[in-house]
Amino acid sequence: MNAFEEKDFSEKLELGIWRRLLSHAKGMRSVFVWLGFYMVLLAALETLGPLLTKYAIDRFVADGNLDGMPVYAAVFFVVTVAQAVCIRFFLVYAGKAEMGMGYRIRQAGFERLQQLPFAYYDRTPVGWIMARMTADSNRLAEIVAWGMLDILWGAASLVASAVAMFVLDWRMALAAMAVLPVLGYASVYFQRRMLKAHREIRKTNSRITGSFNEGIMGARTTKTLLREDRNVEEFAELADGMYRSSVRAAVFSSLYVPLVSVLAACGSAIVLVYGGSRVIGGLLLMGTLYAFISFSARFFDPIRHLARIFAELQAAQAAAERVMNLLDEKPEIVDAPGVREAFEATHGADPAGWPGMVGGIEFRDVTFAYGEGEKVLEHFDLVVPPGQSVALVGETGAGKSTIVNLACRFYEPTSGAILIDGRDYREYPLHWLYSRLGYVLQAPHLFSGTVEENIRYAKPDATRAEVEEAARLVSAHDFILKLEKGYDTEVGEGGDRLSTGEKQLVSFARAVLADPCLFVLDEATSSVDTETEQAIQHAIVRLLSGRTSFVVAHRLSTIRNADRILVISGGRIIEDGTHRELMRRRGHYHDLYVSQFIDESVDGTGPRT
Amino acid sequence: MKRLTVRKTVRRLAGFLKGTAAPYAGALAFTLLGAGLAMVGPLVFRFVIDTVIDGNAPSLPPFLVPLYEGLGARDYFVANLWLCGLLVVVVNSLSGAVDFFKGWWMAIVSEQTARTLRMELYRHLHDLPYAYHAKAETGDLVQRCTSDVETVRKFLALQLLEIVRCLSLVGFSIGVMAALDPTMALVSIAVTPVVFGTALFYFRKERAAFQAYDEQEGKLSARLQENLTGVRVVKAFAQQAFETAKYREGNETLSALGVKLMTIVGNFWMMSDFLCLLQTAAVTVLGTVRVVDGALSLGTLLAFIAYMDTLLYPLRGLARTLADAGKMQISLSRIEEILDEPAEPDDSHLLEPRICGAVAFENVGFRYDDGKEVLSDVSFSVACGETVAILGPTGSGKSTLVHLLQRLYDPTSGRVLLDGVDLASIRRGHVRRNVGLVLQEAFLFSRSLKENIRLPRPDASEERVYDAARTASVHEDILAFEEGYDTVVGERGVTLSGGQRQRVAMARSIIRECPVVVFDDALSAVDTETDARIRSELAARRSRATTFIISHRISTLAEADRILVLEDGRISESGTHAELIARPGLYRRVWEIQSALGMEDEAAGDGTEGGGAA
Repeated sequence: MNAFEEKDFSEKLELGIWRRLLSHAKGMRSVFVWLGFYMVLLAALETLGPLLTKYAIDRFVADGNLDGMPVYAAVFFVVTVAQAVCIRFFLVYAGKAEMGMGYRIRQAGFERLQQLPFAYYDRTPVGWIMARMTADSNRLAEIVAWGMLDILWGAASLVASAVAMFVLDWRMALAAMAVLPVLGYASVYFQRRMLKAHREIRKTNSRITGSFNEGIMGARTTKTLLREDRNVEEFAELADGMYRSSVRAAVFSSLYVPLVSVLAACGSAIVLVYGGSRVIGGLLLMGTLYAFISFSARFFDPIRHLARIFAELQAAQAAAERVMNLLDEKPEIVDAPGVREAFEATHGADPAGWPGMVGGIEFRDVTFAYGEGEKVLEHFDLVVPPGQSVALVGETGAGKSTIVNLACRFYEPTSGAILIDGRDYREYPLHWLYSRLGYVLQAPHLFSGTVEENIRYAKPDATRAEVEEAARLVSAHDFILKLEKGYDTEVGEGGDRLSTGEKQLVSFARAVLADPCLFVLDEATSSVDTETEQAIQHAIVRLLSGRTSFVVAHRLSTIRNADRILVISGGRIIEDGTHRELMRRRGHYHDLYVSQFIDESVDGTGPRT
Repeated sequence: MKRLTVRKTVRRLAGFLKGTAAPYAGALAFTLLGAGLAMVGPLVFRFVIDTVIDGNAPSLPPFLVPLYEGLGARDYFVANLWLCGLLVVVVNSLSGAVDFFKGWWMAIVSEQTARTLRMELYRHLHDLPYAYHAKAETGDLVQRCTSDVETVRKFLALQLLEIVRCLSLVGFSIGVMAALDPTMALVSIAVTPVVFGTALFYFRKERAAFQAYDEQEGKLSARLQENLTGVRVVKAFAQQAFETAKYREGNETLSALGVKLMTIVGNFWMMSDFLCLLQTAAVTVLGTVRVVDGALSLGTLLAFIAYMDTLLYPLRGLARTLADAGKMQISLSRIEEILDEPAEPDDSHLLEPRICGAVAFENVGFRYDDGKEVLSDVSFSVACGETVAILGPTGSGKSTLVHLLQRLYDPTSGRVLLDGVDLASIRRGHVRRNVGLVLQEAFLFSRSLKENIRLPRPDASEERVYDAARTASVHEDILAFEEGYDTVVGERGVTLSGGQRQRVAMARSIIRECPVVVFDDALSAVDTETDARIRSELAARRSRATTFIISHRISTLAEADRILVLEDGRISESGTHAELIARPGLYRRVWEIQSALGMEDEAAGDGTEGGGAA
C-alpha cells in the first residue's frame, strides 16, 4: 500500500517520460521556435564580445592609430543593443513556454480528473492529487521551459565558443580543450554521487512533509492521548536523517564545482603558456591570445551548469512520472465507441431532446470486484420496477453502497449486465444517465458560494422561484431565511458555515431541483439534532415518492418509508419484501427491527404498554 | 501578513544560527578570501601581456619586486612562461579549496538551522493548545513548516554569504582598479549606481507581479481542492463541463499573470544587460584610445575588461539577492506567526494526585476568545464509577463541556473538580493521562492498526491489543484485512469506513484504562446494533470508570445513571430516564419522536407480528 510514497526511480534519465510530457505542448510550436531563434542569436552575439576586443587590440593597438574608431564604437554599441533586446525576448518567450506548459498540464489534469471514475477517488487521497496538480505541475513546467532551455543554451554557447576558437586557430583550440576528457570523467563520477544523495534527500523530505501533515491533522488526537513527547522523538530522528543526508550531498556539490573551476583554470593556463610563447615568437596575434583566454574561461561555464541542470532534471523525473501517471490514468467508465453517435442518430444531438427515463432497473447476473480484489457481489439479480423505492439494510461492508454505485454506473459490473428500461445501460450515453440521476451522499458536500448557487448547481438555469420551491419542498426554506442573508448567505469552503444537518437539507433541495428519474440516497448516520432530523425525514419522503430510488438506510423511519426492503449480507439479498412481509417472516430483518425497537423503547415505559 | 522588521529578522536569524558560530565565521572569512583570490587572475594575465610579452617594466607591488629581480627579471619569465601558467592554476586551486570549505561549512550552518527550525515548529505545534488546532488550517500550516522553512534554509545556504561575496567583489574590484589606473577606474564605475538602481526598481515591480501570481495560484488551488472533495457531487449532477470551464478561466488568468511577471523580468535583464555591456564597450573604446595614446598599457586595459565581470554582475545579482531576502522575510514571518502563538503554559509545578473519578462542575462558564458564550453556570456532580449521558442540540456546548474534563480548555468562570481537587491545579498531562477522551472524528495515524491501538501504551502486549479491539467490536473487521493487525491505515494506507475508524479509536481508548472516560459522540457512525454491543461489552469490563457519553440515541442515554440535557450552554434538565420522561422538556420530546417511530409501526404491523418488542 505504498503506492503514494516517493518511489525509488531509476538512475538514468528516461527520455520517454519527457517525450510524453512534451506531447502535451501542442499549439506551442511558435513559442518554441521563437525561443530557439533568440537563443541561437544570443549565443552568436555573446561570442562577438571577445572578438570585438581582439579587433581593437590587433587593429588599433597594434597599428598605433585610431582610424575607424567611430565606426568600431558604433558597431560595439549596436551589438550591445542587439544583445540586450535579444535577451529580453529570449526571457519573455521562455516565460511563455513555462506558463503555457503549466497551463496545459493543469488543464489536461483537471479534465482527466473530471472523467475518472469513483473508484479512482476511492483509492487516491485528495492531498496526493493536489500535490500532483500544484507543486509537481509547476516544477515540470519550470523544468521543461528552463531546464531544457539551459541545456540547449549551454550547448549553443559551447558550440559557438568552440567554432570561434577553431576558426581563429585550431592548434590553440585543441590546447584549450585538452582538459575536456578529465572533466568528462570527473563529471560523470560526481554526477552519480550527487544524484544518489539528492534522491535520498527527496525521500526524507517527503517523509518530513508527511510527518508535519499528520502531526497537525492528528494534533487534537495526540493531545487527548498525551503522545506529544513520543511524536517529537520520532520526528527528531527524521530531522536528523535529513541533516545528515543534506550535508553529505552538499559536500559532493561543494567538491564538484571547484573541481570544474580548477580544470578550467588548467585550460586557461595552457592557453596562456602556449599562446604567450607563440605571441613572443611572433606566431600569434596578441588579440587572438586574449580572445582565447576569454573563450577558454567561457567554455567551461555551461559545463558547470549542465551538471546542475541534469541533477534538476533527474529530480524532476519523479514529478514527471507522477504527473504522467495522473494524465494517463484511464477513465474506466466511458461511452463505448459508437454509443453516443448511435444514440444521437436516433434521438438527435441535443441532450435536451433525448427521451426520458421510465425508471425500471434490473441487475442481471451481476458480479463485481474492486480492481483485482475480492468479489463484493456474485451472480446478483434484482428487478426494480419504475417508481419503486428500495431500502437497502445490512451491516457495514455488506455491499449496500456497491449495489447503489453500480446502479448509478459509478462502477460497472465485472460481469453480467444492468438494464435500464430493458436495455443494457452501457448502450446509453453516460450523459443521458447522469443527467437523470439524483445522488445525495452520506457526507453532504457544498461548494463555496451562496446557498442559492448551491441549490441551483443541479440546474444552472433554474429561476429563484424554482430554487425556493425546491427548498420549501424539503423544509429547508425556513432555516435558510433565518440565515444572515437568506439565500444569498455564503456557505463557506465546503459549506463549513452551515451545520451538518443544514448542509444535508441544502443538498436535498439541490437534488429536488434536479428532479431526477432515479434517486439514490446514501443515508447519513451522523447525529443531527432531533428537529433537523424530522425535517430531513420529511424531505426524504418527498424525494422518494414517485421515483425509482435506492436508499442505503440506517433510520427506521426511512426504512419504513420505502416500498421495498432488501436485507443485504455478504453481497447477497437475504431477505426481500415490504416491512410487513419481512416482519411476518421473522427472519434477519425481524431480529434487526426488534433489537432496534427495544433499543428505542427501553425500559418498558415506551409507547407500548 | 505582517512582515517582520529588518531588525527583528536579523535578531531571529541570529537566534536560529546559535550553535553554528564557528563554521559560520569560517565560511564568512573564506568568502572574503575567495573574493580576494578572484582579483589575482587578471593581474597575472596583465603581467604576462605587459611584461613578459611586451617587455614593459612591471608594476609590481613592492614586496614582489625582490622576487622578480632575484629570479632574473623578464628574461627568466620568457624562458619559463609555464611558471605563470602554474600560478594561474595555483590561484584557482586555492580558490577552489576555499569554495569547498565555504560550501561545506555553510551546508552545516544552513542544515543545522533548518533542523532547529523544523524541530521547534514540530514541538511547538504539539505544545499549542487544543483551541488552536480546532481552527487550524492544515494545508497552510504544512506549507509554512515545509516550503517556508526551505526558503529560509536556501537563503542561509546560498544568499546570506552571497551578499557578502557580492559586496566584497565589488569593493575589491573598485580598489584594484583604482590602484591600477584611477582615471579608468572612474570610467568603469560610472554606471554602477544606475545598474543597482535599475535592479532595485525592477525587483519592486517584480515582487508586486509575483504576489499577484501567487495569489491567483492559491485561488486556483482552492478551486481544484473544492472540485476534488466534491467530485461525487459534480459527477452526480453531470456538471463536469461547467467545472472545467470555471477552472480554465482561473488557469488562463494564472498563465497570463505568469507571462506578465516574466515580461518584467525580461525588461529588467534587457536594461541591466544593456547597461553592463555599454559599460564594457565604453571601457574598451576609451581604453583602446588611451592605449594608442600611450597613456595605458594593454595588459591593464584587458585587466579592466576582466574586472567589469567581477564588478557589474555581482551588483546585478546583489539586487536579486536582496529581493529574495524580502521573500525570506515573508517566510520567516509566516514561521514566526506559528512560533509566537502562545503554547500551553508550563505547569510542572502543579499537582499529580491519585484519581478515582468523582467529577464536579461548580458554576462553570466558558466563553471563546471572541466573546461567544458557550457554557454558563453549569453545576452538577458525579460520583466515582457513575455514567453520565449528555443530550443537547448541535452547538449547545456538549463538546466543550467534556473537553473541559481533559483540560483541553479551562473554564472562564467557576471550577471543575476532580476528586474534590480543582482541575486547574492539576497538571494537564496528568489530567489527560487519567481522563480518556474519544472524539467523534476519529483520527488514525499512518501506521499499522496494531500500532494505532497501542499508541497510548506502546508497551501493551498483543493480547491486550486484541482484547481492546474485541471490546470495541472491531477485532473481526481487522482480521478480515489481508494483513490483519499489520494493515497500515491513514493517509498512506487502507481507508477505513467511518464506523471502523471510530471503533479503532474506541479500542485505542480502552487500552488506556483511565478512571474517567468520555465518549464525545464517539460511536455516531457505528450502527445501533454494534453500538449496543460495544456498550454492553464496556459495561462488562469497565468496573469503576466514571463515564461521560454524548449521544443522540435514546437507547444509549436511557442506560445512564444520570442524564444531563444541555440547551444554549445551560443545563435545562437533569435526572434519570424515568424522571426525565415524566416531565415536559427536550428529553421527553426527543424520546417521543424516537419512540413514536415504534408506535406508528405497532399500528402498521398490528396483530400477529406486533409483539416485536415483547
